[in-house]
Amino acid sequence: MAALDRVKVLVLGDSGVGKSSLVHLLCHNQVLGNPSWTVGCSVDVRIHDYKEGTPEEKTYYIELWDVGGSVGSATSVKSTRAVFYNSLNGIILVHDLTNKKSSQNLYRWSLEALNRDVAPTGVLVTNGDYDREQFADNQIPLLVIGTKLDQIPETKRNEVLTRTAFLAEDFNAEEINLDCTNPRYLAAGSSNAVKLSRFFDKVIEKRYFLRDGNQIPGFSERKRFGGGTVKSLHYD
Amino acid sequence: MSFLIDSSIMVTSQVLFFGFGWLFFMRKLFKDYEVRQYVVQVIFSVTFAFSCTMFELIIFEILGVLNSSSRYFHWKLNLCVILLILVFMVPFYIGYFVVSNIRLLHRQKLLFACVLWLTFMYFFWKLGDPFPILSPKHGILSIEQLISRVGVIGVTLMALLSGFGAVNCPYTYMSYFLRNVTDADILALERRLLQTMDMIISKKKRIAVAHRTMFQRGEVHNKPTGFWGMIKSVTTSVAGSENLSLIQQEVDALEELSRQLFLETADLHATKERIEYSKTFQGKYFNFLGYFFSIYCVWKIFMATINIVFDRVGKTDPVTRGIEITVNYLGIQFDVKFWSQHISFILVGIIIVTSIRGLLITLTKFFYAISSSKSSNVIVLLLAQIMGMYFVSSVLLIRMSMPLEYRTIITEVLGELQFNFYHRWFDVIFLVSALSSILFLYLAHKQAPEKHMAL
Repeated sequence: MAALDRVKVLVLGDSGVGKSSLVHLLCHNQVLGNPSWTVGCSVDVRIHDYKEGTPEEKTYYIELWDVGGSVGSATSVKSTRAVFYNSLNGIILVHDLTNKKSSQNLYRWSLEALNRDVAPTGVLVTNGDYDREQFADNQIPLLVIGTKLDQIPETKRNEVLTRTAFLAEDFNAEEINLDCTNPRYLAAGSSNAVKLSRFFDKVIEKRYFLRDGNQIPGFSERKRFGGGTVKSLHYD
Repeated sequence: MSFLIDSSIMVTSQVLFFGFGWLFFMRKLFKDYEVRQYVVQVIFSVTFAFSCTMFELIIFEILGVLNSSSRYFHWKLNLCVILLILVFMVPFYIGYFVVSNIRLLHRQKLLFACVLWLTFMYFFWKLGDPFPILSPKHGILSIEQLISRVGVIGVTLMALLSGFGAVNCPYTYMSYFLRNVTDADILALERRLLQTMDMIISKKKRIAVAHRTMFQRGEVHNKPTGFWGMIKSVTTSVAGSENLSLIQQEVDALEELSRQLFLETADLHATKERIEYSKTFQGKYFNFLGYFFSIYCVWKIFMATINIVFDRVGKTDPVTRGIEITVNYLGIQFDVKFWSQHISFILVGIIIVTSIRGLLITLTKFFYAISSSKSSNVIVLLLAQIMGMYFVSSVLLIRMSMPLEYRTIITEVLGELQFNFYHRWFDVIFLVSALSSILFLYLAHKQAPEKHMAL
C-alpha cells in the first residue's frame, strides 16, 4: 500500500442535498441506510487507484471531508467551519437537482472554502461576489455533483440538465448527476465512474506531481481589511 | 352605505396584510428552499392577514374609527374565518403533508389525512374538559367552545414564550454573564478537533484496507449469515472481522467525540464574537437595556406570584389606574377621556407591534433551526397554526390592558368566556416557565466553564 500522504477533498453543499449519502456511496459502494443530520464534519476514506490499468498504477487514500451546515450561517459558525478548510486538494460541490436554491448557493460555498484556504494570517474578506475569472484561475480541482436525479420527472429532465451544465461550466468543472440511493449510477465503466476517476486523478496529480510551487491555491486577487483580527491557524 | 365603505376599508387592509405575510414567507422563512406547494404559502399569508385584522379592529375600537355595527359584524366574521382556518384547514393540511412524506401511505393520502385530522379534533375537544372555561349553556359547535380551547393552547404558548423571553433577554444582553474566552482556548480546542479527525481517518484507512484485501481474497461476507454460519463462527473466528468490528466501535466513539468538540468550538467562537460585540457602542447600549430588563423580569415574576398567592385578578387596567394615580395623588388635572383614549391606543399599539414582531422573529429562528427540505412544508404550517393561536389569545389577554369602555366589543363577540381564568392560567404558566428557564440557564452556565477548564 502507498505511503500515508494526505489527499484531502472537501464535500460541500447545503443541508439535505445528500452529501452524507454520496460520501458513503463513494467510499463503500453501498447505499447509506439511515441518513441523519451531520453535525460538524464527518470524514470517510476512499481507496483510489491512480492511473488504473497503466504501469504507473498506484494506490492512494483520498479523504472525503463532509462538512455540514448552511451557507447563510452566522460568522461565528463560519469561522468554526473554517478549521476544516486547511490544505485542501480538491472540492466536490453537491447540489440538489430538485432545489434551485441549493445550486445557486454553490457559488457562495466555493467562495467560502477557497477564500479560507490561503495563508493563515489575517482575516480575509471579499465582497462575496462571484467572479468568473477567479474560477478560471483556480488551482484546486472542482467537481459538481447533482443529486436526487430520480425525483425529476422525465419531462423536466432536459431543462434541469441544461441548467446544471451551465453551472458546471461556470466552475470550470466536470459534472455528474445521480441518485445516491442507486449504486448503478457509479457502476464501473459508466461515464460517471470515468469522470469521477479522472477528477481524483487530477487531484492526486496536482498534489504530488506538479510540485513546482503549485501548492498555492485560490485566487490571485484577495481583498484584505486592514486591522482585522489576526488569527494564526496551525498547518497540520 | 357607510357599511360598504367600512367593508372596503377592511378588505383593503386585509389584502395589505396578506401581501406582507406573503413577502415575509418568501424573503425570510423560505429563503433557502424552493416553494413547490403554493397552498402552504397561501395558508400562511391568510392566517397572518386575518390575525392582523383582529388587532386592527381593536385599534379601530379604541380610536372610534368606522361604524360600530360594521365593526361588530367584521369582528364576528373575522373570528369565524380564523377559527375555521385554525381548527379545520391548517390541521388538515398538516396531516396531508405529513402523510405525503411517508412513502408507504402515498396512495391513500386523503384518507389518512382525514384520519389524522379526526384524531386532532378528538384531542382538541378533550382539551376543554379539565378546564373551567365555559358555562354549559352553549351548544357543541359554537364560537365560544372553539375559542375557549384555542385560547387555552394559545395562552399556554404565550406564557411559555413570555417566561422564557423575560429571563433569556437580560441573560443575552448583559455582558456580566459572558465567559472569558481567549484565542488560545479556541486554538487549543481546534487542535484537539483536528487531531480527533486524524485519528478517525487513520482508523478508517485500516478498515478500508482490510475490506479491500478481504474483497480481493473473495471473502465478501464478514458477518456470519444463516444457521450454519453462526455455528461456524463459534469455533473458527475470523480474526480480521473481529478486529474490524473493534476498530469500527472505536471509530464510532471518536466520531461522537469529534461532534462534541465541534459544538464546543462553535460555542467558543460565538462567545468570542459576543465579547467583541459588547465592546462596541451598540453592545454597550444593549448591556444597559439588559439591566433594565432584568429588573422588569424580576418585577413580573413577583407580580405573578402575588396574583396567584392572593388569588387576585386586576380589576382595572394600567391606563385607568395610572390616570387615577396622577389625578388623585399627584393632583394633575387633565381631560381624562381624551387622554385615556390616546394612551390606551399607544399602549395597546406597542403591545401588539412588539408581540407580532417578537413572534415572527422567534418563529423564523425556530424554523431555521429545525427545518429540512423534506419537512419544511409541515413545519411552516405548524408555525402558522402556532401564530394563529398566539394572536387569538393575545386578543383575549389584551382585554385586560384596555379601559372598560373599549372592552365591550371583545366581551360582546366572545360572549361568556371566563376571562379571569385565562389570566390566572397565564400567570401560572409564566411563573413555571420563568423559573425553569432560570434553572436551566443557571445549569448551562455552570456547566460551560467546567468543560472549559477540563481542556
